Amino acid sequence: MAKKKTIRTIPQERTPMREQDPQLRAKNFEEVACGYSLEDALRESERCLMCPDEPCIAGCPVGINIPGFIQKIGEKNFRGAYDILTDTNLLPSICGRVCPQENQCEGVCTVGESLEAVAIGRLERFVGDTAIKEGWINIPYIEPNRFRVGIVGSGPAGMACAADMAKAGCDVTVYEAFHQPGGVLRYGIPDFRLPNAVIDAEINNLKKFGVKFECNTLVGRLFTIEQMIGEMGFHAVFVGVGAGYPTMLRIPGDSLNGVLSANELLTRCNLMRARDFPKFDTPLPIGKRVAVVGAGNTAMDAMRVSIRLGAEKVYCIYRRSRTEAPARAEEVHHAEQEGVEFHWLTNPVSVLDDGKGSVRGMRCVRMELGEPDDSGRRRPVPVAGSEFDFETDLIVYAIGTNANPIMGQTSKLKLNKWGYIGADENLATSVAGVFAGGDIVTGAATVIEAMGAGRKAARSMKAYLGIRDPALPYISGDGTGAGTLFGIDTRERNFARVRVA
Amino acid sequence: MKAIAMSNFEIVAREDFSDVTYLLEVRHPLMAKAARPGQFVIVMLNEQGERIPLTIADFDRNKGTITLVIQAVGKTTKQMQQECQVGTSLYGMVGPMGIPSPISHAKKVLCVGGGLGVAPIFPQARGFKESGAYVIAVLGFRNKDLVFWEDKFKACCDELILCTNDGSAGMKGMITDGIKVAMAGHPDIDEVVAIGPPVMMKACADATRAAKIKTMVSVNPIMVDGTGMCGGCRVKVGDQVKFACVDGPDFDGHLVDFDDLMSRLKRYTKDEKVAHERWSESCRMTKQVGPGALDALARGRSPQSERLELPDPFEDAPGG
Repeated sequence: MAKKKTIRTIPQERTPMREQDPQLRAKNFEEVACGYSLEDALRESERCLMCPDEPCIAGCPVGINIPGFIQKIGEKNFRGAYDILTDTNLLPSICGRVCPQENQCEGVCTVGESLEAVAIGRLERFVGDTAIKEGWINIPYIEPNRFRVGIVGSGPAGMACAADMAKAGCDVTVYEAFHQPGGVLRYGIPDFRLPNAVIDAEINNLKKFGVKFECNTLVGRLFTIEQMIGEMGFHAVFVGVGAGYPTMLRIPGDSLNGVLSANELLTRCNLMRARDFPKFDTPLPIGKRVAVVGAGNTAMDAMRVSIRLGAEKVYCIYRRSRTEAPARAEEVHHAEQEGVEFHWLTNPVSVLDDGKGSVRGMRCVRMELGEPDDSGRRRPVPVAGSEFDFETDLIVYAIGTNANPIMGQTSKLKLNKWGYIGADENLATSVAGVFAGGDIVTGAATVIEAMGAGRKAARSMKAYLGIRDPALPYISGDGTGAGTLFGIDTRERNFARVRVA
Repeated sequence: MKAIAMSNFEIVAREDFSDVTYLLEVRHPLMAKAARPGQFVIVMLNEQGERIPLTIADFDRNKGTITLVIQAVGKTTKQMQQECQVGTSLYGMVGPMGIPSPISHAKKVLCVGGGLGVAPIFPQARGFKESGAYVIAVLGFRNKDLVFWEDKFKACCDELILCTNDGSAGMKGMITDGIKVAMAGHPDIDEVVAIGPPVMMKACADATRAAKIKTMVSVNPIMVDGTGMCGGCRVKVGDQVKFACVDGPDFDGHLVDFDDLMSRLKRYTKDEKVAHERWSESCRMTKQVGPGALDALARGRSPQSERLELPDPFEDAPGG
């Protein structure tokens, strides 16, 4: 390497990413962020200090070798960068787009202490997109074993688990209730943030690994988890069905026509293609004035979809202030650019009726921030006498989701007090051979966290089935060899078997 | 290692009950094995289609088929009437969805079906009969030409009361008149199960409220996914909000807020009209379409919303 890089010698400014003009993009569903060009990526890769303590790797839920792949980009060895990424992350194009990097790898980046952090997410996306464009795929040598693994849900958790189990040689089948695979990536995240082509490419890669996808299959009702383990002959099952049961506000007027969940709005628009109505049959009449309650990423998606569907005014109603908003800063910024009107410290009181069963407006109350609550955020309290009404004809609730009840209704899986599936630290459930992860265990979280859970469950599943996991001896234990014997983790069943023999 | 062959949703039989009502039998062995009375499926005709919920009217475990009875009222159901011939396949069919109807140990049960609701009430009537109950069926149609499955009911019910609005078959009168007759003859009815358009189910619930007879109804709101994900199908039951797709579709008829349900069913009337007109034009249908027969989201057993305003053949049969 040439002269050692220091914080003074690297490019000081973070390389900006080209974006579609807000005026223009507010009328189409094309991707907003256009991605790095080759030059952009090379320049940004220069900004990584290759610092010895590598905090970004610890900051990544799946532990990608971030300095490693950035170094390869710097060497213009993009295939090499792709190889490093796919060692740990099968879906770089997706994660580079939708991960909240500012709270993960980029949030702990050493450069970020004095300058803007290295744009790790954008670089990851650059490598992933290059791979799709070039048709690269890393299919390792897979030696088939006798095990069959069933995955329930084709979202990010299920995809990650399926990939790892397929690599280990298992015969993997993924079941999806919708008519297209992808889960929340497909129905939830809109095209302008994550184009369908990217999801298709990643799913096709999985198919090349030998993973089978069965859509139109509602596990629990068509057959149960117990049947999968029993008569259907699966040796292990992973449940990653997501949270997905939308929360309603439970205020007067909730059931009026024109009040819907963000899930319904997004599913109609993204999966069912209501935006192309009447070419596609699913309707989604958008209001002139749309009020979205909530300020998370889903709320931002709902607002930006509404703008693209032709709403004249889109309001964001949130009871806390901007600092507490759970959405990514970039998403809030994008929504603002596209013309969303933010009403912070505002809480809905009731939905107003037009006398014909539809929404006429909304009554809200102003809030102020009081003492911190359990979540550490300052609790909003209503300001007495500050009620006000405003006109709106479509109200979207994006205030979170609860556990989907189908698994609990149809299996003996033990649930926790909130209705989520109970799992131990290895993501094993109360039923032998059944593992669970993602939102159905933790409650609503992010795509990468779900993928991390899927991979963790795959590790436990391999241990349960007695498959040697080549990654284990290097990452398990504290590195001193304790807990391992001849470098093999003692928790691995196949090893225990040898020892008994 | 048993490979599970998935269905390609082939239509193996079809029967036309009238010019608007038709029956499809779809091959899906796995679903035929899993289905229970009271459950429903979500069907997609083609890739551009919408997801429509249809109640399972019958299932045959030996043949491995699911039977759906559909009324052509909207764009999708009319297109299905035209395109779903024996040998063709649906783009998708997922299910069985919803909590199966609890077949209780009631000794005397009244099964009420109005219009298309006659189809989904059948597996329930049969289920009650199999569990040893005395089953009385009250079926309501508009006229003789629309009557179907009378023989099937005769085979599994102890008593059958058929009502038509014009008296061309069975007794003349509304379905509530039939219920009154049944209740007069049997003061010891333990349970009533009613399926049909919301107005009819509301009338049934009102008819049994005074006598405090347990009355279960099967609601039919607009749905997208049918897996509890969108919340579009929420209904008010007592002081709670329930999702029909995963918490139902059967609820206590005395607690369901039917006015709210009917109002919510009208959400997409305008868009359905657009879709329907566009489709009618594209296939040069010459047939005159009544302004209200546009409900594309109709759930098979009881096509929805415009029940109150429109020239639907079952309109006045059910209780209203």
